[in-house]
Amino acid sequence: MDFKIPFMSYRKIASIFSIILFAVSVLSLSFKGLSLGLDFSGGTLVEVKYEEAVELEDIRSVLNENGFDDIQVVNFGTVQDVLIKVADQDGNSSIGETVFNILQNNNLEGELKRIEFVGPQVGSELRDQGGLGMLVALFMILLYVAFRFQYKFALGAVTALAHDVVIILGLFSLFAWDFDLTVLAALLAVIGYSLNDTIVVSDRIRENFRIERDTSAEETVNLSINQTLGRTIITSFTTLLVLFALFIFGGELIRGFSLALIIGVLIGTYSSIYVVANILMSLSITQDDLAVPEPEGAEFDDMMP
Amino acid sequence: MNRFSYTKYFFILTVLVTGFLYALPNIFPTQPAIQIAYTDSGKSADQTLKNEIDEIILNNSIAVDEVLLRDNKLVLKFTELDEQLKAKTLIQKSLLDKVIIALNLEPSTPDWLKNIGGKPLKLGLDLSGGVHFLLEVDVDTAIEARLDPLLDSFRKTFQDEGINITKSSVDGMQLSFTFKDDASYQKGLQNIQADSILPTGTQYIIYEKPSSNTINFEYSDIAKKEVRDYAVGQNLITLRNRVNELGVSEPVVQREGANRIVVELPGVQDPTSAKKIIGKTANLEFRLEANSRTSPLRKERFEFKEDQIRTAFLERAVIVSGDRVTNANTGFDENGMSQVNITLDMQGGRAMQKATSGNIGRRLGVLFVEQKSRSRIGFDEDGNEVIKQTSYIEKKIISLATVQDVLGTSFRITGVGSPQEASELALLLRAGALAAPMKFVEERTVGPSLGKENIELGMRSIIIGFILVIAFMTFYYRVFGLAANVSLLLNLVLITGVMSMLGATLTLPGIAGIVLTVGMAVDANVLIFSRIREELKEKEPQSAIHDGFSRAFITIFDANITTLIAALILYVIGTGPVKGFAITLSIGIVTSMFTAIMCTRAMVNMIYGNKNIKELKI
Repeated sequence: MDFKIPFMSYRKIASIFSIILFAVSVLSLSFKGLSLGLDFSGGTLVEVKYEEAVELEDIRSVLNENGFDDIQVVNFGTVQDVLIKVADQDGNSSIGETVFNILQNNNLEGELKRIEFVGPQVGSELRDQGGLGMLVALFMILLYVAFRFQYKFALGAVTALAHDVVIILGLFSLFAWDFDLTVLAALLAVIGYSLNDTIVVSDRIRENFRIERDTSAEETVNLSINQTLGRTIITSFTTLLVLFALFIFGGELIRGFSLALIIGVLIGTYSSIYVVANILMSLSITQDDLAVPEPEGAEFDDMMP
Repeated sequence: MNRFSYTKYFFILTVLVTGFLYALPNIFPTQPAIQIAYTDSGKSADQTLKNEIDEIILNNSIAVDEVLLRDNKLVLKFTELDEQLKAKTLIQKSLLDKVIIALNLEPSTPDWLKNIGGKPLKLGLDLSGGVHFLLEVDVDTAIEARLDPLLDSFRKTFQDEGINITKSSVDGMQLSFTFKDDASYQKGLQNIQADSILPTGTQYIIYEKPSSNTINFEYSDIAKKEVRDYAVGQNLITLRNRVNELGVSEPVVQREGANRIVVELPGVQDPTSAKKIIGKTANLEFRLEANSRTSPLRKERFEFKEDQIRTAFLERAVIVSGDRVTNANTGFDENGMSQVNITLDMQGGRAMQKATSGNIGRRLGVLFVEQKSRSRIGFDEDGNEVIKQTSYIEKKIISLATVQDVLGTSFRITGVGSPQEASELALLLRAGALAAPMKFVEERTVGPSLGKENIELGMRSIIIGFILVIAFMTFYYRVFGLAANVSLLLNLVLITGVMSMLGATLTLPGIAGIVLTVGMAVDANVLIFSRIREELKEKEPQSAIHDGFSRAFITIFDANITTLIAALILYVIGTGPVKGFAITLSIGIVTSMFTAIMCTRAMVNMIYGNKNIKELKI
């Protein structure tokens, strides 16, 4: 595949697109917030499988009669699977069993698939830990890229990652998709994936800057993106193939996870083309930034196959 | 050109063969088994039990595959599921409550694989079904419980040494002593400072107020940490004993973080009863021995735990129960004989003082209380013979000793026999009670059907994703694609092998991690192949292959290291299933680098190396 797309000519449009997406995400996150899953919100969840479809209203009213007011009853994947969420009640850990017993005693016998209880303290801890982990990950990557490349690349890479993460979070907020631990895991995997892309592109930009000394920065960046485009498309494509397999066949429990990754791969691919290059251009990267060309891969020569 | 040295081929081959060997146990099916343990958790399964079981098996001609002793348990493996159930019923019938029997599935790993440490992957609870609890130890309460006895012991020391105090109290988390005069104050301060010295630092933070002759002090962070570690460690032991009562085949009871304990019970479907046993407290009762004046209505006969024939009458009134015991350890008395030192909390101490003050010379009994279940043979509605289980509470005397003096928060039991017996008694005293209260902060129950469903869905996604990627790579890269596909397959084998070798747990997100790795692992090869294509425009095939590999290497390395950083952070912050994802992802990154760079290269070298190629299709 040979491409000659003048990517950098569209960089203004891309910037505007990114800024709008980013702004919408931030707005949605600050006003609407995330619909936190059980892991982060705390509370109790009961999943029951029925032989045939049941009226959710029946379940709701039986539970209301028994004093459970703050509940959500929804189908989970199929109409036979019912998910009941009960808000936390002072860290009471036996609500799940109580709820299941009430259903069994009111002609709503089903098979218990799972009960999950997360105490309020654990929930908030997981929230803090998750947020902290994300920041630590971004920082460590910033350091590594700055060390291996140059600070302008590091800034570009981390901006791209923050861009991806915020937009995925924004989408989860906007569509009120459940945000739980597996989605957080997916988010960190996206960081890894998007970075992968970013580094491949940056690596080529660096290489070309060292070889092509007469061309403008814009041309060099364009050339690099085009050279790596084939690889970018194929890798994204194969990753998306397996992610769709996971999304379609992996079951309800990891649907949020695969969704976050699908969005992440798409956004990550886009950001490694536009966000990083855009930042490099705005910071007016020059040959001088990479002036001392070390022999390519010299420090790894002894590790080469 | 493009040839590997034999050492390099040998290295690759060694890694692959090792990976294969350790992945191998996963393809052997599991076989039905039962695990038999003595109900008495202090006793491990032995040859006697084995002989008894052997006899039952022989008499009833049950087809047993293998009988072995392992980790205090006797394991019986079967080839047929029916035989497993039959054996369980028969053994239960003849041994009844002497043993706890758990049904489980044992891997049928052949011996030669077991000998090199081969074992199949452990399944997480989300795949095997079962109950996961996270309990939090209330350390503050454990510290508070120590303040009253501490106040008591200082008061006693001051009294013994003629130090006059006018006031003493527990003030929140602080102890406060006001002394009569400066001389007492100085002596008191010396005393507290001397007591404060620990091998690791100081035990107290002391606030001196010489103007009012008052000393306030509280536990330092070092001391608090020690109390915390003691409480958590003690609760761990207690929980392990309790979990053993449940008869679960592979339970996990582990400390997590500073003050939490994880309990995982695979296969347990009834969280309520599991919780009851785990969460119970007060397994000890201190009661006075009944004397001639005790009315028959107010006394009760109990057996001794060690000596079943010996019995004694104790009063029905319980002076103190096990939840008041804050510590118990062994020591030696003035004559060098073993003794057990017991510390009660303030409330317990007061009750003990009240009960013993008029009763010096009588004997004090300690009862050990256990929740047990009794099996008996009954019939169900269809008239089939079944074993019915009813739970009951068993109380047995573990100590009966003469009261020599009025007892308070701390006292000792002497004449307890050998040091060995003394430490067993101390263990029982501690095991009866939790060192600090605990509460459930997280609970996850996964039904067996969901576990099975998760495995099926996960495997299906792996297979479908794998086939799609393989088809695409073959179509797009031809011969090179085939090499990449073989690498991908090797990668899957290596991930399985490494995970099995490390004893890592496979969870549903872990499976997702493998699927993701399959998608991303081709990236390295794609990078290399695209590079070779580019190089082909300027160079002849052999040097294009060589340069393609070496140019792409550095990119692959950088890209993967950063992903590895993200995965490692995920491992550190994640819990349970998410940790499983981080593990598979990390292992996958490392193995995919190996297979993509080394294995693909080896294959390409074997196909094209040292040949004169005019044209390269890629």
